[in-house]
Amino acid sequence: MKHSHFWLAAAASVIIVFAASHFVSNDYFFFAGYVVLQYIVLAEAWNILGGYTGYINFGTSGFFAIGAYSSVVLHKLWGPPIPVLIVVGGVLAGAVGLAMGGLTLRLRGVFFAIGTLALAIVVQTFITNWDFVGGSRGVYIIRPPSAPLLGTYIHYLFLVMLALAGMSVAIARTIERSTLGYGFAAIRDDEQAAEAAGVPTLKLKLISTTLSGALMGMAGAPLPYYVTYLDPASGFNLSYAVNAIAMPLIGGTTNWIGPLIGAILLGTIQQAATVTISSSLNLLLVGVVLVFFVVVAPHGLIGLYRPRRKERIAQAERKVA
Amino acid sequence: MSDALLTVAGLGKRFGGFIALDGIDLEVRAGERVGLIGPNGSGKSTLVNCLSGILQNEDGSVRFDGTALDGLPAHRRTHLGLARSFQLPKPFGSLSVAENLRIPLLYTVDGRNGVRLTESDIAQRCEALLGMVALDGKARARPKDLTQIEMRKLELARAVAAAPKLLIADEAMAGLSHSEVDDIIALLLKLNEAGIAVILIEHIMRAVMSFSERLVVLVAGRKIADGLPQEVVNNPEVVRAYLGE
Amino acid sequence: MFSELLLNAIASGVLLGGFYAAVTVGLAISFGMLDIGNLAHPAFVILGSFSAYIFNQRLGLDPILAALLMTPAFFVLGAAIYQVYFLAFERRGEEGLRGLAFFFGILFITEVALILGFGVDYRFVEARYIGPTLHVGDVDFALRTLVPFVISLAMVGALQLFMSKTYMGRAILAVSQDSLALRLMSVRPYRVKLVAFGISIATAALAGAFLIIIQPVEPSIGRDYIGRVFAIVVLGGMGSFPGMVLAAILLGVAESLTATFYGPSWSPAVAFGLLLLTLAFRPAGILGRRA
Repeated sequence: MKHSHFWLAAAASVIIVFAASHFVSNDYFFFAGYVVLQYIVLAEAWNILGGYTGYINFGTSGFFAIGAYSSVVLHKLWGPPIPVLIVVGGVLAGAVGLAMGGLTLRLRGVFFAIGTLALAIVVQTFITNWDFVGGSRGVYIIRPPSAPLLGTYIHYLFLVMLALAGMSVAIARTIERSTLGYGFAAIRDDEQAAEAAGVPTLKLKLISTTLSGALMGMAGAPLPYYVTYLDPASGFNLSYAVNAIAMPLIGGTTNWIGPLIGAILLGTIQQAATVTISSSLNLLLVGVVLVFFVVVAPHGLIGLYRPRRKERIAQAERKVA
Repeated sequence: MSDALLTVAGLGKRFGGFIALDGIDLEVRAGERVGLIGPNGSGKSTLVNCLSGILQNEDGSVRFDGTALDGLPAHRRTHLGLARSFQLPKPFGSLSVAENLRIPLLYTVDGRNGVRLTESDIAQRCEALLGMVALDGKARARPKDLTQIEMRKLELARAVAAAPKLLIADEAMAGLSHSEVDDIIALLLKLNEAGIAVILIEHIMRAVMSFSERLVVLVAGRKIADGLPQEVVNNPEVVRAYLGE
Repeated sequence: MFSELLLNAIASGVLLGGFYAAVTVGLAISFGMLDIGNLAHPAFVILGSFSAYIFNQRLGLDPILAALLMTPAFFVLGAAIYQVYFLAFERRGEEGLRGLAFFFGILFITEVALILGFGVDYRFVEARYIGPTLHVGDVDFALRTLVPFVISLAMVGALQLFMSKTYMGRAILAVSQDSLALRLMSVRPYRVKLVAFGISIATAALAGAFLIIIQPVEPSIGRDYIGRVFAIVVLGGMGSFPGMVLAAILLGVAESLTATFYGPSWSPAVAFGLLLLTLAFRPAGILGRRA
């Protein structure tokens, strides 16, 4: 399927899902759905750097919170519409990704990963000490009374996140099948061989980090309006980092479908678990799932499926030869 | 100044206190076939890594096709026309054999010297390259399903895909059978006929002797001989280095 | 007045640094020497804190004594985790990044499990040396930081002797430099790494006891220490113990000065900021080694 067709299909899916959601009267669906959609964006974003390029980011919460807190600042200063907040959040988070990449990408992947963790905590410390955005006490954001389109404001947020999710999936697929995607894959498989083949690895890694960070920032931009009360403890919650890693790991890290499946699966289970069992137990579940998949199936559910298919094909080929 | 393709002058490389390469001078002309031999640990791989850019030399200079290479990252050297294959094949494991060849085509050939590759150009070149190394039927296979010699052929094909002016083949024949070695030699000769200069690094003496126009010997980080194969092989210092005192 | 403040900040920074060395020595072994990116190391320290807490509250045992009793259990835990890590990653040759994700998951699980078991309240221990302060001229040394400082340095010193004098210690040093040479000595790297990793987690038991003596502990404190321990290991030049102690004291003093003159809420940024800068500009560490 050509890229343009996929983008059209993604846009169509967004419209269809949104239209269908009008038949849902329970508002809880929109609240929970927002979270799952948010995770789709985070998972796809993480996977561009982690799954495609092979550099693991533990600081998802840092980029995500940059988006959320830039929205807080803009809301207090001016109050622009959400699409503007999303762009600003994306640009800022992307810039931070670029800067951090510049500092750490020349070193081994291990140090980059630790650097991402460092970044998240440094950003959190700055925010905690910044009174304008509430510091450690947090800040209250009042949702506008009406939405730019029909429906309540939470319906509007749902649509926004739905659009972001569709966009992130389309971006992931476009990258995957492009020259850039091949470059990323070469870096992931063997960085030295990629260099020898002419791939400008540092430049591509910087692009990957920037893009990934930008998408995460965009996912965070609408957050203040969703939660209405934002404090560093929740904005920088480690569970964002864990989920962003666990979801692509479950679904599959080498293509665009994996993070989508992982986010929907794990996200929905968590929403159900938070309501039925305690939220701490729910987090424990995610951690266990992450460890389990990292150990047993590092290429995700799709990775478990593929080898069997390949074996069958290989067997068939051997019979013919 | 000479019109050599590759000029290495006084190249030196240290690892902490250990001197891996000491004052290496080397010249390779366009289309030449140079063999590089030396006992284990003599610095051959270090030299290759310094030339290709994976390591940066501390002393001396390297010029390739009129451009100074010092400080340039590996991918830029490949863009200039200096390609290398790895001693232990390093294929892109998640990509198919054909896709492995795509990488150098996309990143080194496309957009360079006024060359623009369309999808069908890429497909054609992949086919030609695979045919050249007799891997035609394996375009869709994954590297881990290949045999040893197939992997080495892929390794060479990937280096050649970058359309280099100079190819450094680092021990491409280790562990292969007699006929497999002949295959690789034939392949390298074919490449050379097409105008590619080759530096062949090998332990298999008959391969090196039959292939090289010139033979260079490295011992303990220093070049101790550089000339016609027959003369070098009879050089007493070379004999001493290989047979010991 | 100012000089008194400064002296006290530096003094408490040095004491803090000595304690940081105890917290980090385990990682200096697992990450600095064995190249295992154990992000979960701080979580084991917190685990050590809570086990000291239980012994102290239920049995009235001195926390340090309790930790010494727990050391064998922690050693076994470390060995078990290395076993899984080896089977899942090192054997497949996929260590490095996937291994990091593994430990990240363990870090997370440990923290949440502790929350489920103990809640989010701060816990503290009671001992005779928590409370009194030693006065030397203008400088105050709180015993609850002085005692851990002394025992921390003793512990690191003992480990250094172990590394240089015993057969197993030298084997660990060998494995950190050259696995092949070790095999030629017909010692299986696996067994050596197993013991080394076990030791690294065992140190966490003691470090945890020191922590809960110095300050009250709650489950999520571990995260503050990730940056500290990795910063110290990298700044200290990976496997070098002397470098690590120097780096630890430097960090302790830097944090103490920041807390005194800018406020304690900036402390987490000091370690991580230092780490980022070190990675960017001097990855070989202060004394210089591989990175």
